[in-house]
Order: sequence, then C-alpha cells, then structure tokens
Amino acid sequence: MSATNLFEQQRQNRRRSAVLVTVFVLFFAWIGFGGDLILYLQSRGGEPGQYRHTFPFIGIAATLLAAGMTGFAWKSGAKQVLSATGAWELISAATDEERQYVNVVEEMAIASGLPKPRVWIVPDDDPNAFATGSEPKTAHVAVTRGLLTTLNRDELQAVVAHEMAHIRNLDVRLMTLLAALVGVIAIISDVTMRGMRFGGGRGRSGGGKKGGGGGALVVVLIVLWLVAVILAPIISRMLALAVSRKREYLADATAAQFTRNPAALASALGKIEHAAGATKSIRHGTAHLCIADPLGRRVTNKQGFVADLLATHPPMAVRIARLKRMAYQYEQTGEIVEPAL
Amino acid sequence: MQWLLLILLIVVVGFVISAYNRLIALKGETLNAWKQIDVQLKRRHDLIPNLVNAVKGAMDFEKDTLEAVIQARNQAVKIQAGASPTGGIQALAGAEAALGAALSRLNVVVERYPDLKATGNIGQLQEELTSTENRVAFARQLYNDTATSYNVKQQQFPWNFVAGLAKAETVELYEIEEPREREVPVVDLSMKPKA
Repeated sequence: MSATNLFEQQRQNRRRSAVLVTVFVLFFAWIGFGGDLILYLQSRGGEPGQYRHTFPFIGIAATLLAAGMTGFAWKSGAKQVLSATGAWELISAATDEERQYVNVVEEMAIASGLPKPRVWIVPDDDPNAFATGSEPKTAHVAVTRGLLTTLNRDELQAVVAHEMAHIRNLDVRLMTLLAALVGVIAIISDVTMRGMRFGGGRGRSGGGKKGGGGGALVVVLIVLWLVAVILAPIISRMLALAVSRKREYLADATAAQFTRNPAALASALGKIEHAAGATKSIRHGTAHLCIADPLGRRVTNKQGFVADLLATHPPMAVRIARLKRMAYQYEQTGEIVEPAL
Repeated sequence: MQWLLLILLIVVVGFVISAYNRLIALKGETLNAWKQIDVQLKRRHDLIPNLVNAVKGAMDFEKDTLEAVIQARNQAVKIQAGASPTGGIQALAGAEAALGAALSRLNVVVERYPDLKATGNIGQLQEELTSTENRVAFARQLYNDTATSYNVKQQQFPWNFVAGLAKAETVELYEIEEPREREVPVVDLSMKPKA
C-alpha cells in the first residue's frame, strides 16, 4: 500500500529531527548542569564550613526559566504572532476568492484528519502563508492577500496543505520550545562572560588549592564548559535552524501526502519565489512557520555552506526539485515517496 | 526459573494490553474516518437539488441530463443509509461513482451555456461542487489509509491473537468498482487545459 511507504519515510525524517532535538537538549543540559558540576568539583576540596556547591542551582534555574518561557509562548504565542502581522480573521467569506480559501482549508482539514483551524488573512501583497497555535485543536492558518491573488486553486490547496502539515507535525510547539532554549542559553552565556570579566581572580585562587588528578579533570571540564558557553549562542541557533529546515522538508512531504499532488506545491513555490520583495508584515520570529522565508529571497537563494547554515528554510530550488521528483514518482508508481536527503 | 516465568508472564500481559489498546484505537480512527465520508457525501447530496434548480430554467431541453443526475443522487442517498465499514461500502462507492459521472456530464452541458455561467450563482455553485468533490476524495483517502493500516494490523502476527478479543473485523475499503474508472486513460497531446 502506498501509505505505509510514506509513513515509513516520515518516521525516518522524524527520527532525524528527534536526534537533532536530543543533541540540542544535551547541549542545554551541559551548559546548565555542567556549570553546577564544575562548581561542585571546585568546592569539594574546600575546608569545612566553606561554601560547597552540592545543589545544582544553575541547571535547575535554567530549566525552570526555559520551561516558563516555553509555557508562556505556547499560551500566548499564537495571538501575539497574529496581531503582529495585522491579520484579520475570515469568519464569513464575502468574495469568491475568500470562499475558495475557506473551502480549501476545510478540504485539507479533512485530508489531514485534523479539526478545522481558524482562518486568517494578512493584508500584504507579497505571497506567503504561515500556521501558528501550539495544539492542533486551537491552530490558526493565515495567508497573505497576495497569495490568494497569485495562486490558482490547486496551488493554494498545496500551500494550505503545507501549513496543515506544520500543525499536524506539531512544529509550532517544537520551534517555540527551541526558541525558548536558545534564549535561555544566550542569557547564561551572557551572564557567564560578564562574571568572568569581573570575578576572574577568585576562581583561580580557589582552583589553586587543589592538586592531583582531580584538579586536572576540573581544568579540562572548565575549559570544555567555557568553550561551550562562548560558542553557545551560535551553536544553539544553528541547531535550531537545522531542525527548522528538516521540518520544512517534512512539511513539504506531508503536504504531498495530503493532496496527492506534489506538482502543485512545486509550482506554488515557484510562483512565491518569483514574486519580488519581502513579506514586510511578517516578522523574523515567525519565519520558521512560513511557507517561504519572509525576509526576502536573497538569503534563501544563495546556496553554499554558510547560507545553508543560516537559513530557516532549505533553498527553494532544492525544495522544488524534491517535489518534482515526488510528482514524477507518483505518476510512475502511484506512490508518494519522500526523496532521501 | 520462577523469576523467568514471572518475567515472561509480565511481558505477555503487557503485550496483550498494548496490542488490544492499539487495535481499539485504530478501530476508532477507522470509524471516525468513515463518519467523515458520510458527512461529506451528505453534503454532496444536499448540494445537488440546489444545482439542478439553478440550471433547470435555462436548460429545459437538456431534461435527460438533469433527470440522470437526480436519479443517481436518489439512488446514492438510498444506499448510503445502509452502508457501514463492515458492509455496503462497495455498493455505495459504485453509486457515488455513477453520481459523479452524471454530474460531470451535467458540467459539460453547463459549459456549453456561457450565459448560464455568467448569470446567477452558477459560478459559486460550481466552486461548492468542486470543493465537495475534493472533500469526498480526501475523506476517502483518509478512510482508505486508516482502514488499510487497521486491516493489516489485525492480521499481522502476533496482533492477530488479540484481534478476536478486541472484536476487530476486516473493514471494506472505499474503492471504485466501475470498470470504466479503471481503464487506461487516453493520452491527450493537444495541450488543451483540462475541463
């Protein structure tokens, strides 16, 4: 059966992004609890009565902070995003275009087996679309006015399918979590750098009291931790972006599974790509949930190592090529198979 | 030895519980997907009288086409009432395919009347019809995917031992039996946009 094949592919894709997320969480834990470990090892050799770091305050504080930020973003994120873009909710469709849009969303809700999301329009002439809401039950799909005028019915359906795919794959939740972790890591890194500048002397005198193998281990750990902390803001952002790009590929494939029409998404992406300019009403923070990078096409078009590392979305050309391959395979075999990365 | 038996027992009981729950969940998903088809077919059936009324006046001499649509619709409504995943889906799929064929003939006729398309709400009705056809197709796609994984799971070793316990039965897929729909399509190289 065609379905099992794609489900297997999606499982693989999900496993790959699970590995990335695990690396991210481990990195986060090392920054937080690693700091505690070093303080513990350092204060272990002290005289009785001196402060001993036995309770992992730093790690627990960082985890609580991240949990708090994530929880807050899950609760209020969708409303903030929608109001920042100036979107208005489409409750009763007035024009043919709007009626078609609502119909297409309802069709995709059926195909994905999800409840119908709330439907919004962003008053912007650049074609783009995004999904938000941390749970499928309370999800939102928004498209720009420009998208409705640029695309035909099949292409609009494909774009809405991509957004529904983000909702079904719980990408909103995942990316909000990663954004919160990136934020907390940045705070820890910042505080540590300041701390080192002011109180560098004390740490050294404390370390001098110890000797032997334990001391060497502590020094190695300190160096490892400091390197991690210094590089943390960059590494964490890169990991988050890598996850984001994986989820874009996954959403493209899931959308093809919903519509059984990968060619329509390929041609929609082509049209969005060719529309000039950036989607001004969609801010940077929402970029990873859009169908195309709203910051303009120049970044996403530039291929190569650095550009690839810094993009929320994979290069358009690659996405289109993959979809075309899926469309060709679907015609030949009647099966939707996601091409390997 | 006793330990070993105890561990074995725990493993077996754990498997039975999880397999039972999995089959029940799949059954629920299948019935849910079926309900979605039911809803969308009803929507389709409700839309047809509107469409027929809208075009009736302008095409008095195309009575046959309209009659065919109405008859196919009534037939489908009758069969839908008795269909469920464990029986009657094949018949329903056939009736709905016949209705689809009658509708597309009507569509061809409507295309011949540009005035009809321009006036009134035919444009709107056609969008509704397109959307309804899509909904039926997507509901069917979801149902067939879900039902297939349900059917496969309950026959697979070792889930098949629990299938009886969970009262799992093989369900019918919503597939078109009409031979016409299975024919090899004619290749059209005229590059005309499809109707």
